[in-house]
Amino acid sequence: MSARPEDESEEEARRLARRSEVAAALARVLPGPAILARREDTAPYECDGLTAFKASPMLVVLPASESELSAVLKVCHRLGVPVVARGAGTGLSGGALPHRFGVTVSLAKFDKILKIDPNSCTAVVQCGVRNLAISEAAAAFGLYYAPDPSSQIACTIGGNVAENSGGVHCLKYGLTLHNVLRVRGFTADGEPVEFGSGALDAPGLDLMAVVIGSEGMLAVTTEVTVKLIPRPELARCMIASFPTIESAGQAVATVIARGIVPAGLELMDQRMTQVAEDYVHAGYDLSAAALLLCESDGTAEEVAEEVEAMRRVLEDCGATRIEVSRDERQRLKFWSGRKNAFPASGGISPDYMCMDSTIPRKRLAEMLLAIQAMESKYGLRCVNVFHAGDGNLHPLILYDANDRDQHRRCELFGADILETSLELGGTVTGEHGVGVEKLNSMCVQFSPAEREQFLAVKRAFDPAQMLNPGKVIPTLARCAEYGKMHVHRGMMPFPELPRY
Amino acid sequence: MSAAELSRAPAAEHLRERILEARARRATLDIRGGNTKSFYGEPPRGEALEMRELTGISSYEPSELVITARAGTPLAELEAVLAEKGQCLAFEPPRFAPGGTVGGMVAAGLAGPARSAAGPLRDYVLGVTLLNGRGELLTFGGQVMKNVAGYDVSRLMAGSWGILGVLCEVSLKVMASKVKTATLTFDWDEPRSLAELARWNALPLPLSASAWHEGRLRVRLSGAAAAVHGACRKLGGSMLDPGEAAAWWDGVRDHGHAFFRPSEVELSSGECLWRLSVPSATPPLAHAGLIEWGGAQRWWRTRTAAQEVRALAAAVGGHATLVRAADKSAGAFAPLAEPLMRIHRALKSAFDPDRVLNAARLYADL
Repeated sequence: MSARPEDESEEEARRLARRSEVAAALARVLPGPAILARREDTAPYECDGLTAFKASPMLVVLPASESELSAVLKVCHRLGVPVVARGAGTGLSGGALPHRFGVTVSLAKFDKILKIDPNSCTAVVQCGVRNLAISEAAAAFGLYYAPDPSSQIACTIGGNVAENSGGVHCLKYGLTLHNVLRVRGFTADGEPVEFGSGALDAPGLDLMAVVIGSEGMLAVTTEVTVKLIPRPELARCMIASFPTIESAGQAVATVIARGIVPAGLELMDQRMTQVAEDYVHAGYDLSAAALLLCESDGTAEEVAEEVEAMRRVLEDCGATRIEVSRDERQRLKFWSGRKNAFPASGGISPDYMCMDSTIPRKRLAEMLLAIQAMESKYGLRCVNVFHAGDGNLHPLILYDANDRDQHRRCELFGADILETSLELGGTVTGEHGVGVEKLNSMCVQFSPAEREQFLAVKRAFDPAQMLNPGKVIPTLARCAEYGKMHVHRGMMPFPELPRY
Repeated sequence: MSAAELSRAPAAEHLRERILEARARRATLDIRGGNTKSFYGEPPRGEALEMRELTGISSYEPSELVITARAGTPLAELEAVLAEKGQCLAFEPPRFAPGGTVGGMVAAGLAGPARSAAGPLRDYVLGVTLLNGRGELLTFGGQVMKNVAGYDVSRLMAGSWGILGVLCEVSLKVMASKVKTATLTFDWDEPRSLAELARWNALPLPLSASAWHEGRLRVRLSGAAAAVHGACRKLGGSMLDPGEAAAWWDGVRDHGHAFFRPSEVELSSGECLWRLSVPSATPPLAHAGLIEWGGAQRWWRTRTAAQEVRALAAAVGGHATLVRAADKSAGAFAPLAEPLMRIHRALKSAFDPDRVLNAARLYADL
């Protein structure tokens, strides 16, 4: 629903006046260069990794210390200004999408590793430290930080806390939640607060479990204590080829059922394999309907035992070819295609939409076949790469965003995948978060009473609802609207009418 | 698992009616499973809300590593069903006494000796269906391993002691039981034991439990046969007989050892059992007692004043829980500072505005 032109100009005037007022108040607590107001300075903050959604922030601020951040939050709270915290901006669901009347708080200056303690196997880092930088700093002690989202070279630990990020190794080593001991931050009104502790638990309710994955809605994170774990002596990766999607799906379920917990268990379909092979030349078997990448790590004895156990399962399930990495160089080569799946897909299509639902592992083959059927239904191609061991899917729907009809069909395709995932007993997002992208799907996954309970949790932390408003939990009104407009299985009401 | 299915269960409907009725009278309900943990935390108060009618394993798929059970299901039944398929609850929940339930286990959120290696109970909660203090039946989370749709309310229930809702059904991640287990003993004093544990912690060893008590360190190794054998060679020490070892670890897990159970006489003389949760690398403290979790959990038997124990724990970045005592007027759990307490009060209001459920079980004003 677009506003009338005169409304837009009135809104813009109101926004400019508000910007001056808020900028003046913030200038009393921040040095001038830490406040960005001009469009050319704020433009880089208009979206995160979900580039389909863009908005211009009213202001961007870059506090350099906890006291500056606290002061910013206090000013915003007093003036009733929405606050959107931002890390590296690599999120995939629009969690850091700016608010037109809000202040985007970049935490880029919180980039210090405060302590690496090999005795307790922990690190204390500021929120803006990059995920990979923690492992690099811990390497001197033979330790590393386990969660490895594919953006780990750029994404920050604060963003990982906001999203409860996973990665290809979380099957064995867990998500962010499982690897964090303590989160320090500030409440919406600028008070310091600590969730968890340097010990293994903290008194009272386990608030850290709610704060991790809360997408910047409950508090602003400034400092995180993470667990470090010993780097395994050895890791080997196996690639197994399967003649059908079903046999590959069955192999995944069987590996897990036999009690094996591989360090990684990923599935790529034939088209994804082709795309990845063209991009990195990893030597993948292009004749297979699906490839499984299985990693084993541990001591040399453990790895030898596990690789043999996995080989037996994969052969029993009909693998036509199995290759085990001989050395570290080859292991990394095996992984290179998987790790570059997203950029490789970007090379064969103007745009792609990445889905992120999770389903029970035993339904993987069923889901893949359903997606194949959707490709012809919506007239769009889809390539599939999964965290198969967790049942977490990343179908990439290929489309051209400049073609409105393709965009529309892509959105219907995506909604169909999410709703099919729910029907199979899954969830609409496994690790990328709801942000703004999956608000409508939340209306389908949760009842009105459940969504109201979520909103009540939000108000318990942030009574004035100033942190990242409008994200994660849809309002009852929005869901009612979506219910009216709801497009079930791609059947638009009045399909003959043009829509833009 | 779905709220819709559960809402048709007469036992769940009965619980809902009890909540609404108690709310109308401004009464407090004491959610009761097997009544095996009533000694833990603040004393239960109010009218008993019996959970034993709401039983049964709703679904169990060994290949998915997920089990879903109604809250009143006996924990022993759940563990037996898992053991038949070679699986287990990796965090070794303490049982304290026979008769405990799955719901009580999750509400208490406690973990046994395997905690430092396997993670807390919270990590294994995948989904819950609960009745809040308004009698609304709500489902959060699910049965899949990765789920970030909405706030993680299901994990908030772990260790919430029933103050936010009546758990009706829970889905838990289960694990394959370890192929091989061995327990080694070392006759070392406390400082040496703590130092060695810290050193081993940074090595890729299959350590699954550790406990130091009265001059002896016991460590348990669990995993693939090759890894356990390799670690035994690396660490040395003496191997404990497997039967004896299993019984000893159960004694730690369930507080079967006399150390954990002061007599009535000892309790009335002011002796208490404290649980200190501290950073694992914390050096020896005022009392030794029994040390678990690689140094991160320390049990004390002492008459030292509560304030002093809490100050000692806080000084090293930890906290102390008064577990067994004749007088718990100092509070069972370490008091919270603002703004944490404000958030706790607001969450209590968000789930249970009239304080019908387990009032004061966690903190006096919740």
